[in-house]
Amino acid sequence: MKKTNPDLSVRIGLLRLQNPVLTASGTFGYGQEYAGLVDLNRLGGIIVKGLSLNPRPGNMPPRTVETPCGLLNAIGLQNVGVENFIADKLPFLRKLSVPVIVNILGQDIKEYRKLAERLSNVEGIAALEVNISCPNVKKGGVVFGTDYKAAARVTRAVRAAVRLPIIIKLSPNVTDIVSIARAVEEAGADAVSLINTLTGMAIDVEARRPKLHNVTGGLSGPAIKPVALRMVWQVAGAVNIPVIGCGGIMTAADALEFLLAGASAVQVGTANFVNPRATMEIISGIEEYLARHDLKDIKSLVGSLIL
Amino acid sequence: MEQGTATVLENRLAAPGVYRLRIEAPALAGAAGPGQFLMLRIGQTLDPLLRRPFSIHAVHGSRTVDILYRVVGKGTNILTTLRSGEGLDIVGPLGCGFSWREESPSLLVAGGMGIAPLFFLAQIIAKNGVGDKTSALIGARNKTELLCVEELKAMGLQVQVTTEDGSAGKRGLVTGLLTNRVAALRPVIYSCGPYPMLHAVASLAMQYGLSCQVSLESFMACGLGACLGCVAEMKNGDLVRVCKEGPVFDAYEVAWK
Repeated sequence: MKKTNPDLSVRIGLLRLQNPVLTASGTFGYGQEYAGLVDLNRLGGIIVKGLSLNPRPGNMPPRTVETPCGLLNAIGLQNVGVENFIADKLPFLRKLSVPVIVNILGQDIKEYRKLAERLSNVEGIAALEVNISCPNVKKGGVVFGTDYKAAARVTRAVRAAVRLPIIIKLSPNVTDIVSIARAVEEAGADAVSLINTLTGMAIDVEARRPKLHNVTGGLSGPAIKPVALRMVWQVAGAVNIPVIGCGGIMTAADALEFLLAGASAVQVGTANFVNPRATMEIISGIEEYLARHDLKDIKSLVGSLIL
Repeated sequence: MEQGTATVLENRLAAPGVYRLRIEAPALAGAAGPGQFLMLRIGQTLDPLLRRPFSIHAVHGSRTVDILYRVVGKGTNILTTLRSGEGLDIVGPLGCGFSWREESPSLLVAGGMGIAPLFFLAQIIAKNGVGDKTSALIGARNKTELLCVEELKAMGLQVQVTTEDGSAGKRGLVTGLLTNRVAALRPVIYSCGPYPMLHAVASLAMQYGLSCQVSLESFMACGLGACLGCVAEMKNGDLVRVCKEGPVFDAYEVAWK
């Protein structure tokens, strides 16, 4: 009997992905940076570097420090701004056959709304990911992600501005992530993604100075995976919208942990730096796992953790 | 730019604390230009996590590439344990290297490990038959840390050395030798070394109105232009990626501090 390949496709609300592997915002540039190393059309989707209304220069260097099994960064959302993105970056992305998800960030709710409105009818954008969780900027970012009322307000503003699916990216730097997830679900989010980086710090003991110019930064990589997995599991059990898992996913086994915990899709971030082909290997590994367990469909795996 | 597996041919001590890693990497050897770098995956575990950037030190024939590295931490310590025949995951060649102009006399100015990328440039210059019209100033803390001097001489370059402790060549910093050279030769300067040295070289070049290219060092997470972690500040206020727009910059564009 001929064996059919397992079906890796997933739905995030109205958004259909050929497989559950997305690139995390800020770790994949605008796609083109990886074009020589990765078959971009094999990805589940690309989430581009976070965009603000106007170009942002970002923080002063040093911006990154490696810590055991982790990466601390304080880039400060350097980006080309929405107009340059549409003019210079989107034409390349439009040629791809995978969904392009644009991550957006505002300094206040008005900016989130303006950004969403500007992107609402632009060709070649499949969804918006709303960043309310960047720990490295003073205005915006995590300010909205740590208060459930503010998170809901941002969600409602973006919801009212676009028909595109909206994914709210949540911060782990909170006491109760479930209440924030529930608030954005109620406010009209199509999905939530979690987690963004955990606020951290590193010190040069000889110089007695912080290693990052910004003093604190966001920790990513394998070091944060257990925290991310726990939060995904908690949120997936508490909301009815899809959850996208993110945090330290390096291998297919890591991605499968998130799917079992209840994530419908995953984002691969820091792994792209370590192994540019990580996403490709993760997709193949998930496929191989499904075949080995005789599962026809990835949906049967999502949230199937046995307690 | 490619990601592939290179084979270690040799990993040998070149000076105290400095190793020369020779790898077989045909795709890299064929495509690399002087001043470019590669990202090397160290070990198979998650600590150290990130790749490490290394200048391409030399290319021999169509298959062999050298990397010169100083042991400074966990990653480079692990690197010293590599043995001949082992595989290495590399991504490269990356970045914008030196743009060498044959019409002008060249002056290579290296401080310490700064010789790493400049040696490859010297190879290109020698290959073009103008090694004997090219000068190199090499500075180090002491005699044992002077690198590649004999090889550069063998390639025909006029080499002068300085050491901070006076154990070889002139005592002092490499910039001390520079003043006489620039006034007489009016060369194009290609430089790599510690930041304060590059700053001094750049200042002198600007004082005499000479072209000067400097190779900057930075922490890099991806090396591909995606993470925006390695930026350097330019005079126009832009923060540009050392891995993509650099690592070699026009000295006049850098915001020296």
